[in-house]
Amino acid sequence: MLEVTNLSCVRGTRRLFRDLNFSAAAGELVELRGPNGSGKTSLLRIVCGLAAPASGEVCWKGKNIRTLAEQYFRDVAYLAHQNGVKDELSAYENLRVSSGIAGRSLAKSEVIDSLTRVGLADRLHLPARVLSAGQRRRLALARLLSLKCRLWVLDEVLTSLDDAAMQLAREFINQHLKEDGIAIIATHQDLNLSANRVKRVQLAGV
Amino acid sequence: MFAWVIWRDLILAWRRRTDVLATLFFFIIVVSLFPLGVGPEPQMLRTIAPGVVWVAALLASMLALGRTFGNDYQDGTLEQLLLTPQPLFLIVLAKVLAQWIVSELPLVLVAPVLGMQFGLSQNTLWIMTVSLLLGTPVLSLIGSIGAALTLGLRAANVLVALLVLPLYIPVLIFGAGAIEATVNGLEPQAYLLLLGATLVLALAFAPWATSAALRISVE
Repeated sequence: MLEVTNLSCVRGTRRLFRDLNFSAAAGELVELRGPNGSGKTSLLRIVCGLAAPASGEVCWKGKNIRTLAEQYFRDVAYLAHQNGVKDELSAYENLRVSSGIAGRSLAKSEVIDSLTRVGLADRLHLPARVLSAGQRRRLALARLLSLKCRLWVLDEVLTSLDDAAMQLAREFINQHLKEDGIAIIATHQDLNLSANRVKRVQLAGV
Repeated sequence: MFAWVIWRDLILAWRRRTDVLATLFFFIIVVSLFPLGVGPEPQMLRTIAPGVVWVAALLASMLALGRTFGNDYQDGTLEQLLLTPQPLFLIVLAKVLAQWIVSELPLVLVAPVLGMQFGLSQNTLWIMTVSLLLGTPVLSLIGSIGAALTLGLRAANVLVALLVLPLYIPVLIFGAGAIEATVNGLEPQAYLLLLGATLVLALAFAPWATSAALRISVE
């Protein structure tokens, strides 16, 4: 469903990777590995359409994502290094607003459900500014779930999560794959996922 | 989605209202300094009033530009906005509208009060408000292009000023011209129509230019 062909990425004068090929079908997980600075984040940003590749193309359901544009964004959810959490808004408001802007408005009860699932039930109305790094990451996970997208593009999803939250994130990813979703995950840690269809992409670094 | 973006930006502005008030007070102080500096000669004040009010409005709106996309860029919410399944220009339009309500509308509302310091007649104050009402959205729209282009650069504030202020010149000329005509007892209609035309033009082109600039800056 997702096909990456002959992808190259150049940052400044450095070539991060060239002629990268991989694909992912429904229910498959792509695990992206490589040393720091090998271009994992750049690759993820190209895959989700934020950046343009130096050459090559990314296709979704057989069409180039550059021509699909907004149609593609309906299917893709990107969890970046930055959580995309507004400090001035509470956890509840953050989720409500971000789902509303993404065109999938949640009812009050749904927002509370999602936040309860990620363990933020007692922090609903605190401004995100006072949340810890791990709690903000949990909030970002709640957003990921609420978007209900087919393709998840996750950058170091386990960063700053505690053991319980890591377990939770794994469950979410497993569940997502079981429901025929696709996930691309850049990681340094072992994900220990039960998913049986895992593809590994190794970036060499220069 | 459009309403969500506006609602979000208005709430954020309310929770960070010191930023908004700073712009407003800057405008008030700059405009008020002129009668003090130039002296109380009514004829002189009436002559300089149009230019002073409009130049102060341009400078005050420059102050607010960095915030249009800057905060969203830093905390990563801008990337989310770029990845929403709606046309980007709609999101840009919503953000510019929110920025106008927050940073420019207060200027338009206090301007008549400030104009009284210059001994302007009631009719002139009225025309001044109308010209600001038509002209300030153009400032927000053109400014958003500059803000998007300089996103994440060092010395972005200075660059924005150099990029955007020359583009503000037509608005300055038509806006100040409308007030000046009224002060001299002429009809301001032609100037106001020109301002309206600039607004329509900016509405048609600025959101697209800003969208393209955002995609480049975030990449």
